[in-house]
Amino acid sequence: MQDEQDRLAAAVAADPRYEALVARRSQLGWTLSAIIFIAFVGYLLLIAFHPALLAMPVGAGVTSLGIPLGLGLILLAIALTGVYVRQANRHHDAQMAAILRDHGA
Amino acid sequence: MRALIAALALLLPASAFAAALEGEAQRQPINWVAIAMFVAFVGLTLWITKAAAARTRTASDFYTAGGGITGFQNGLAMAGDYMSAASFLGISAQIFADGYDGLIYSTGFLVGWPILLFLMAERLRNLGRFTFADVASYRFAQPPVRSFAAVSTLLVVSFYLVAQMVGAGQLIKLLFGLPYAAAVVIVGGLMMLYVLFGGMRATTWVQIIKAVLLLGGASFMAVMVLAQAGFSLETLFARAVEVKTQAALATGVSADQALAQGRAIMAPGGFIKDPVSAISFGLALMLGTAGLPHILMRFFTVPDAKEARKSVLWATGWIGYFYILTFIIGFGAILLVGTNAAYLDGQGALRGGSNMAAIHLAHAIGGNAFLGFISAVAFATILAVVAGLTLSAASAVSHDLYATVLRHGQASSADELRVSRITTLALGALAVLLGLVFEKQNVAFMVSLAFALAASGNFPVLILSLLWSGCTTRGAAWGGTIGLLTAFVLTLLSPAVWTTTFALGDAPFPYSSAAIVSVPAGFLAIWLISLVDRSPRAAIDKAGYPAQRVRAETGIGAFTASDH
Repeated sequence: MQDEQDRLAAAVAADPRYEALVARRSQLGWTLSAIIFIAFVGYLLLIAFHPALLAMPVGAGVTSLGIPLGLGLILLAIALTGVYVRQANRHHDAQMAAILRDHGA
Repeated sequence: MRALIAALALLLPASAFAAALEGEAQRQPINWVAIAMFVAFVGLTLWITKAAAARTRTASDFYTAGGGITGFQNGLAMAGDYMSAASFLGISAQIFADGYDGLIYSTGFLVGWPILLFLMAERLRNLGRFTFADVASYRFAQPPVRSFAAVSTLLVVSFYLVAQMVGAGQLIKLLFGLPYAAAVVIVGGLMMLYVLFGGMRATTWVQIIKAVLLLGGASFMAVMVLAQAGFSLETLFARAVEVKTQAALATGVSADQALAQGRAIMAPGGFIKDPVSAISFGLALMLGTAGLPHILMRFFTVPDAKEARKSVLWATGWIGYFYILTFIIGFGAILLVGTNAAYLDGQGALRGGSNMAAIHLAHAIGGNAFLGFISAVAFATILAVVAGLTLSAASAVSHDLYATVLRHGQASSADELRVSRITTLALGALAVLLGLVFEKQNVAFMVSLAFALAASGNFPVLILSLLWSGCTTRGAAWGGTIGLLTAFVLTLLSPAVWTTTFALGDAPFPYSSAAIVSVPAGFLAIWLISLVDRSPRAAIDKAGYPAQRVRAETGIGAFTASDH
């Protein structure tokens, strides 16, 4: 069982489709991480340096720009995890399964 | 004086978010409805524990519930593990007082979850079995990296646990009218029963039930609040601004000033005076979430990487939804609690202390019965969090230190199980003891310390061991330790500990969180030590990377429920 796993792992690692898939998946992971990281740090910087901007009303009422931005950040976090899971479910899993199958998994 | 005010301002981020854990907690009259509801919750969870105990025979049952939890269940349990009483009562109380600022905490607590998914969740599940140390030490010499991970787990869990125990004592004194010591002993005792007999299976169900109760109760409150405002956020905000303006007018300021004070709840206020502290605190929350041992451990309870992924999506969704609810609840409290003399003392402050906003709101909405329900939920919330913490610390001792380091992986499942149970007992006793010792202390810094430690030790070690082929045993073990130590020492030198807790005067490290220095320190130390490591072991570590990588990416050889 251990030998079989080692053989399979070595065969998959040598497959260029595997390298390409891992590169695509990891690029997606890093891109989405960068988006949420920059969005959050940018939000903190706005609070620190331009609080007046966040205090600006968005319409005729009292609701300030800070409200949609803050709530939007929460929704962005949920939406990005959704994007990642959808990509993985729709594409990555099937592609990985096909590679593993081709090498006798 | 000015220096003191500046120091207090710096403290705000760290102390205010743990506000539910401290402050004046006046003992309340005994609340029988709350106690009846809580007894019902305890009865249900103990019955579940009994059922789980019958199925907890092996170490794998104890640590991971046999690996058979679904992604949806695990997502709820993660949310139950993460949504603390401090975030429910503390954040809604802060919105009640200052408006907008509460939202800043909420976002900070949430943004770590996506990063956990994008960089770690699937790889963790593919490589690990019981603890995050399985993953961190995958291709390294076991004793050094395991020891680092176990020590780090114990540190993070201890600080988090003490803060929870002290908070529990105060909160229960407040809500149920029980003496502090009795409250701490009840929490410690119940947590021991859940973990000792029911292991991960019981802990998971306690967390799921708690999450459902908390989300249900908070949803009901938010809907009732929105109904008052005709389901318009603008109306809700406008009325809250009006209430705050009237309150300001009553203090005798001019109409313009009163309007400005009313409007202030729509904008960031006292939260951030100093950008460095803000970024540092944000980093600790974001990256610390991805390094909390009790959260990471939950990834091993699901059957495969796909379910691990789903768990994070559900957890992020529930936790984000919960923070939106707290935001509405906080504004609802301004409308319904802040204007009702029955909830205020003579000076216009909240009866029972500043963290009672959500509790009074529950009474305003649903009378005594709903107040009892929300109080019982707050108690259940604490139990779920402490049970998860204790389980992860017990696993670090029995699986990482005892079975792997001490017995070189030769311990039987029964031995491992026995050691985890002894550790659970010891930890429970220690938690109660520390809870009693720290009753009068300001422990607010402990939660932010736990996050800073996790962000500076566990997070860099996991990321670099998973993603950098050049990482070596020495780099991970020593570099991780340097990250931990930096976070620990700088926190001691920071205003929250140096000035507030020990009253030693101006703090040598002026920022409220260590993370902005300690997280880079952790990464840099691991990188540098690995780089100069020319030992024979370093060659083995680097050579082991390709095999680790293909397993992390594909799930070949991953532990499955049947292996358990």
